Formats: sequence, C-alpha cells, structure tokens
Amino acid sequence: MEQTDLGLWGVPLAILGGAIRVSTPFIFVSLGEAITERSGRINLGLEGVLVFGAMTAYAVAVLTGSPWLGVLAASASGACFGLFHGWICKFPKVNDIAIGIALMLLGSGLAFFFGKPFIQPSAPDLPAIPFGLWSNSSQVQAALNINILFLIGAALAVFLWWAFKNTRAGLIVRVVGDSSDAARAMGINPNTVRLLATAIGSALAAIGGAYLSLYYPGSWNEGISSGQGLMAVALVIFARWNPLGCFAAALLFGGAGALGPALQSVGVTQGYYLFYAAPYILTLLIMIATSSPGRALAGAPGVLSITK
Amino acid sequence: MTDRLMFSRRQILKTSAAGAVLGFAPSLLPVRSAFAAGATIGFIYVGPKDDYGYNQAHAEGAAVLKGMEGISIIEEENVPETVDVQKTMESMINLDGATMLFPTSFGYFDPHMLAMCEKFPEIRFRHCGGMWSEGKHPKNAGSYFGYIGQGQYLNGVAAGHATKTKKIGFVAAKPIPQVLLNINSFLLGARSVDPAITCQVIFTGEWSLAVKEAEATNALVDQGADVITCHVDSPKVVVETAAGRGTFICGYHANQSPLAPEKYLTGAEWNWANIYKMYVEKLVAGEELPNFTRGGLADGFVKMSPLGSGVSEAARAQFDGTLAEIMKGGFSVIKGPLNNNKGEVVATEGQAFVETAIELESMDYLVEGVVGSTS
Repeated sequence: MEQTDLGLWGVPLAILGGAIRVSTPFIFVSLGEAITERSGRINLGLEGVLVFGAMTAYAVAVLTGSPWLGVLAASASGACFGLFHGWICKFPKVNDIAIGIALMLLGSGLAFFFGKPFIQPSAPDLPAIPFGLWSNSSQVQAALNINILFLIGAALAVFLWWAFKNTRAGLIVRVVGDSSDAARAMGINPNTVRLLATAIGSALAAIGGAYLSLYYPGSWNEGISSGQGLMAVALVIFARWNPLGCFAAALLFGGAGALGPALQSVGVTQGYYLFYAAPYILTLLIMIATSSPGRALAGAPGVLSITK
Repeated sequence: MTDRLMFSRRQILKTSAAGAVLGFAPSLLPVRSAFAAGATIGFIYVGPKDDYGYNQAHAEGAAVLKGMEGISIIEEENVPETVDVQKTMESMINLDGATMLFPTSFGYFDPHMLAMCEKFPEIRFRHCGGMWSEGKHPKNAGSYFGYIGQGQYLNGVAAGHATKTKKIGFVAAKPIPQVLLNINSFLLGARSVDPAITCQVIFTGEWSLAVKEAEATNALVDQGADVITCHVDSPKVVVETAAGRGTFICGYHANQSPLAPEKYLTGAEWNWANIYKMYVEKLVAGEELPNFTRGGLADGFVKMSPLGSGVSEAARAQFDGTLAEIMKGGFSVIKGPLNNNKGEVVATEGQAFVETAIELESMDYLVEGVVGSTS
C-alpha cells in the first residue's frame, strides 16, 4: 500500500469514488419510484421505507451474521409497506401523496422504535469487489472498491429501461400509467398492476436502505438517511421517468455530494456550505435548462396525480 | 411516618379545604415537603443515547444517578433543537414533576431553555456548553462544560507519534469555539512531537450526517492523512470508515475502541457522572447550585480512553508525561509565539492561555498548521 499525495487530482477521483459510494441508495429508490410512477401512482413514502429497510437489514445482519439475509429481509419489509400503500390507494378518493407522507412518518417512526437496540452493535458489511487492484495507488483502489449492490443497481437500470420498451409486463405498466380506461378496455385491472408496481418499487427502496446501513456509511442510526429517500423521489421527475436517466441522475447527485469534502481536503476551504449545496443547485440548473413551456414534463405518465 | 398522615383522600380534601378557608394552609406545607425528600431529574438528548458519542456520554453520567436514594431520572432522546425541546421541558416539569433539568445539546440554550427559565423560575436548569454568563442570563439557569481540548491535545500527542505521513485529519461538525479549540489542540499536541505535522480539517456543517462524515473521512485519507479524529455527535461512522481504510483513530466523546481495537490509539472522553452527582447532591441537601461549572482532566470532568495496542513505547512515555503535567493544573495548550493559519498573531512570546482562560471560549481561529477555514 502506497500513500502518496494526490493533490488536485484527488478532486476528480473523490467525485468518481463518491459517485459510486453515495449513489447506490439513490439508484435503488429512484428505480423503485420510477416503476411505481410509471404505473400511475406516486409513493412519497419511500423515505420511510428506506429508513425502515436500513434498520431491518442491520438488525437481521446483526442477529444472523449474514448481510445478505439482511438485504432479503429489508426487501420483504419494503414490499409490505408497498402493498399497504397500494391497497389503501385502490379505494376511491384516496390521495396517494397524502398516504405516502403518512407512510414516510410511519416507516421512520417504526424504524426508530425497533432500531433502538441496534444502534450500538456492529453488523457484518456487504462485500465489495476490488476493481482497483491494477493501480498501486491506495486512493484509486479505495475509489474503485465497488459494492455488489451498485453493480446490481446498474444492471437493473439497464434491464428496466429495456423491459419498459420490450416486454409485455413493461407495456402493461405503461398502459396503466397512461390511461386507466385503456387498461380496463384491454382487460387489465389497473389496481392490481399498481399494487404490484408499488410493492416492487418499495422493495427496491428498502434495498437502498440496506446499502446505507450495511455498506456505506455502514452503521444504523436514526439520522442515517437525512432525506435521501425524498431526494431520490425528486430525481425520478428530474430523470423523466427513464430508468437510465435515474441511474445517471443518481451518479450525478452522488458525485456532486462528494465535491464539498473533496474540495476542503485539497485546501479549497472557503465557502464549504456553498459546495454542500452543489447537488441541489445542479438539479435546479438542469431542471431549468431542460424545461420549456412548450413541452413541459415530457415522458410523464398520463394518470400521475402531479400531471393532472 | 405518624398517624397524622393516615388519612383517606376524602378526609385530606376536607381538612385541606377547611384549613385553607381558616387560613391554616401554610401549616400544611411542612408535611408536603417531607414527602418530597427525593427529586426527579430530567435529561434531554438531541440523539439516541447509545450513539457511541455525545449523547451516550451524557446518558452514562445520568445512569449513575439512578443508584442514588430518592432520585428518579426521566430521559427523552431525539429531541430536535427547536420548539420541540420547550414542549419536552414543559411536560417533564408539569407531568413528571421534574425539579431540575439538563438539556444537554448546544442549540437548546437560546431561546428554548431561556424561555423555560422565565416560565418556571423555581425549576433549576443546567445546560451543557459555555453559553451562560453572569448578569445576562437568569439565575435558575447555568452551564457546565469540560476542558476537553486537553484531551484532544493528548490525542494529538498519540497521533504525532503514530503518523508516518506527517499529516493528520479532523472531521468537524461546525466551526464553533469548542470545536475550533479541539482542532487546534489536536494539532498542537501532534506538533509537540514533531513541528512539521499538519492537520487537515473538513467541516460537515451538521452535528450528525452519517454519509457526509464518511465522505469527509475518505477525503482525508485520500489526501494522505493517517490518523483521524473528529468532533461530531456520533463518531461511530468516522471511526469505522477510517479503520476500514487502515488509518489510526483517536476517539471523542466516549470510548470507541470496541469498534476498531487495533486502530484505536486513545480518545478524549467526557466524564459527566461526577458533575451530575455533584449537582444532585447539592440539590438534595438544599444547597446553592453553582451557575458556572468548569473542569478538565484534573477535575475528573474529562478522561482518556486506555491507550491502544498501536501506541509505541516512546508515545506512551510522552503521553504519560504530558498527562501528569496537565493533572498538576494550569496547563496551557494555546501559548505564544503562535500564529493563526492566516498568519496573524494569536499569542505573543510568553503569552499563554491556561485552560480556564475565558478568551478560549470565544475562539474564532485555526492555528498555523491546520489546513482549513472557519467559514
């Protein structure tokens, strides 16, 4: 292991490393939300699901000693939350956004309650694959130590992008999202599709939570998410409901988040609060640049309540 | 207990009503205070009380009171530094009958605790931090704090011996005086070993932001820092991330050595049990409580974690020597000639600020050798 001073090269490397390390929860939550929203529902509760997933994964990993069982348990718990949301929202005149907010508070509250005894113990981490062994710089090795969940997330983004276009299931989800009437005319029950889409989306979000508590930063505490679930939901709109866009947006967000610490570490120390706002400024700028009054919210599912 | 007290509820109501009417009400008061020989003490934490950090240190101190005769403890965790803490204080006073409160987080003081002090003048409030000042703040309030900068100085001594890159790192929350003093002390401790050492600081901007703390730790290690310490509410993430990257760690707030026994050099820990016991003993005895309580290693307000296996013989010797000197009292971490990291003089030749110097509680600079900025 060689410790060398990277100087300014540390900044791009930190952004790359940060993008890979920090983005994974964003990837899973935004992909999950993309599935749900494509079916015509918004689940704002994913923040709560993320926190509950983080707690469940950590608790199960502590108790069983297996991080993968933790991930499995987290996704099951997430699916339960999703089924709950989907079931309530099928009743007439129920507002999916309001239920989502309730679910967010419920998920966090339950996670804090059940998570109390697990703040102190240490859980085994999820494994990472060292892609940086070719380099003799320890910094590069650390940046390219890539967790398996990140790779699964990347593969999932490509798969979903392909599946929405090319599979029967993808088509059904899109039809339900664009027009309930058309779906019914085809003999599809929109509520069943949305129920499943919400459950799958929540399960993915909970896996994002498992990454937080079992890999990076790798411990369970009540402030672990600090709003990442909410930001990821916003990323979906930013990514125009496109799974590949979600992946890119998550990377961008992760990388921009690493900018603040990286710049301070090379001696650019003035105005760090401003650098910490970089991800949000970036989002705003891109939103402004890509919107136009002529083609607002291109790609939005037709029955989504924010577009109505 | 005398037979006089064996009344039914109805009789008590009847007699006290009659007594009040006849103007005998004051004579009932001594009986009432005989019941209240104990006291209920309230503790309010900003985070979970088993966070390997700030809140755990306070909760460990509070736990010691549980064994005391007639004292009962009520605690509430995860109370934000907003109007929520006022509600918590009110309910502790009105519903639980607390007569003394310890709101432990920095941001609870102004305006929340001050508002409650005015509303409940008979309740005692003591805040952890350096905010209370004579004449400016109410008499039923007060503050207690420890000179933990000395602990960070000793951390620095251990770090100075352990570092090979001559670069050490500090993950800090916010640039307030206590944090700045810790950063400066950590570097000056290391420089007492080798004056060529520099300390890189990264501010995260919040007391508890797990992901940003992990990123900051990684950024410090990427830039070659090989001993890391921190001043955030829960050092667990920093300790685990740094140990994962193979650097040494100095702890803060509580003992984090179980998290990384191989890499943990030592740590600066709070020892609140002594302070809480002192307050409560005085309260029970009916004595006047001090408004302004301070102390360091010598007073038992602060303690050091046992030295880890990574500490060399030479480091151990210097550590013990410095510790002995601090225990004598009157030790100055900040002493001249000393410049800040912008080149301005903060202490001239021969000038020294002992731990009790009030100037240190308004520190707004980072000393020469610290790479970082306060804004």
